[in-house]
Amino acid sequence: MKCGGFRVSYRSDERIFDTRVPIIGLVILLGVLAVVPRFAGTYWLDVLNRIGIAVIGALGLNILVGYTGQISIGHAAFLAVGAYSTAIFEVNLGVPFYLAIPLGALVASGVGLIFGIPSLRLKGLYLAIATLAAHFITTYVIVHWESMTKGVIGFMVPPATVFGLPLDSDARVFYLIYALAVPATLFAKNLFRTKVGRAFIAIRDRDVAASVMGVSLLRYKLLAFVISSFYAGLAGGLMAHHSRILFPDAFTLLVAIDYLAMIIIGGMGSILGSIFGAVFMTLLPEVLKLTATSLTGVYPQGFGLIASARDIVFGLAVIFFLMYEPLGLARIWVRVRSFWQLWPYAY
Amino acid sequence: MSEHIVFMLQLVITGIAVGGVYSLMALGFVLIFKASSVVNFGPGELVLFGAYVAWATILNMKLPLWIALPLTLVVAILLGLVIERGVLRPLIGHPIISVIMVTFGVASVIRGFLNMTWGSDTRPFPVLFSQQPIHLGPVPVSPVHLWSFVGVLILLTAFSLFFRFSLTGMAMRATADNQQVALSLGVSVKWIFALSWCIATVVSTLGGIILGSVRGGVDFSLADLGLKVFPVVILGGLDSVAGAIIGGVMIGVLENLSGGYLDPILGGGVKEVAPFVALVIILMIRPHGLCRKVEIERV
Repeated sequence: MKCGGFRVSYRSDERIFDTRVPIIGLVILLGVLAVVPRFAGTYWLDVLNRIGIAVIGALGLNILVGYTGQISIGHAAFLAVGAYSTAIFEVNLGVPFYLAIPLGALVASGVGLIFGIPSLRLKGLYLAIATLAAHFITTYVIVHWESMTKGVIGFMVPPATVFGLPLDSDARVFYLIYALAVPATLFAKNLFRTKVGRAFIAIRDRDVAASVMGVSLLRYKLLAFVISSFYAGLAGGLMAHHSRILFPDAFTLLVAIDYLAMIIIGGMGSILGSIFGAVFMTLLPEVLKLTATSLTGVYPQGFGLIASARDIVFGLAVIFFLMYEPLGLARIWVRVRSFWQLWPYAY
Repeated sequence: MSEHIVFMLQLVITGIAVGGVYSLMALGFVLIFKASSVVNFGPGELVLFGAYVAWATILNMKLPLWIALPLTLVVAILLGLVIERGVLRPLIGHPIISVIMVTFGVASVIRGFLNMTWGSDTRPFPVLFSQQPIHLGPVPVSPVHLWSFVGVLILLTAFSLFFRFSLTGMAMRATADNQQVALSLGVSVKWIFALSWCIATVVSTLGGIILGSVRGGVDFSLADLGLKVFPVVILGGLDSVAGAIIGGVMIGVLENLSGGYLDPILGGGVKEVAPFVALVIILMIRPHGLCRKVEIERV
């Protein structure tokens, strides 16, 4: 009988799955994802698509903030750069989407590299403020560089085509999004079994100690920014294909805060947590909307209050998790899982 | 005097007036940071809250000013106490990202609460001053700006005197300097933390009232203004009251000048971004700001 999750060899420590159950669960989940567009209505498909995009973005932010410990309030700016450069590559330069999305993500990681430079000198609060400034500067450029981004008028993106088949419905975009979200998750999960990922964690835990052990802070901090903004750029490119029209308003500071909330509510420094957080934050307004709809009989003004109710619930959720469960939903998940795994001899 | 100089002087003077309000907000921020090293990422929401409560008591309930103003300030103090006791005290010693995010969370709750109670329409403030510009020499200045600057000046002087001479003010400075020493000298650090939040909310409320009367109304765009506090405090030095005052005025002037001269070239909106460009430059050259002790942690 097991009474705890003890690792006795490096092999067992490096393993992704401790038992077979999660593998089976994962296969079932992938199977469900493969057929879900056939059954889900447009509304839920749209929600699922947004969840997929949010998962990629949250993974990127978690790599930077949760695993490397570099606070960034500039994630919305990376998303915006990814979205707009993907769109510009496709519309202005005629690059096909399967090249444009990675190219857009590369542009985003280039911008991430520049954003990351202050992290070499600044830490904690100062870095947060520097990324805040970077956010405002980037959004300013996007709003005002009208010849490229069309500014506040909005940038129309034509649907991508695969073998002459336009990805113009939610169901078709769904496959595009999840074809990227699933490998992105796998990559992130595996990243932290490699030298690079472990260097990130070492920097988070104690940067001076890490540099004494031979981890090049310059290299790995910038690499963290690059990988993180590559993810954000991917998410941005997918946003361009999902909404097919881009406004600077879709990338406000509130979006960056939403992403930070995702990784805090989901769990900092946890891949599973990024997914939980993305699901939670995407579903929150939808649940509120459904509640308001079902209450219209009793309380007809409810619908007008959704926006403010969302703000309040969002704020309270962030405060609650920080105070009572700083490791987020992922931690709750682990607790529930180990309770059943170890029952009745949990130590 | 040539037209150019008048134009420039006008920009500078309005900049100083607007900067005065930034100084007020920055003062609230610096107080909290100094006393408890908490970075408040929602200074704009505190201002918004103050402005809305003032609007509700003075204009909506039509209470006489001598009841309404103290009432508004009492509500502001209560808000400060709730935030400090309820949210930030349990998080003492947590990593900085938690503290940053929790202030975002508080800001979000305040915004949602205000929106729910009073809606997001613009709430008009009464026009207290005539629209007729006063001429300072050759430069026309609108009286509202002038009076708001005078108001800010009075408040800032009052607070500086408070810190310099009153016992509580000295205790606050002592706590900011070294918590352990302050504790051993009989200062209740807990009380100082709470007090710093209360003063911050009061200052923000007063700032909100001034801003409301300058703009002729309050709406949610006031909250966005709050983030301008970061260029100000980085320029002035995060824990320097004098720095907050000087920084506020400098940023106000800078944004007005850049707006006035660069807008025609770059096509608008320079005002909004110039303070942040300045912020990045300051962080690169002199991260501890103008008036702060050099003790920034480098990697």
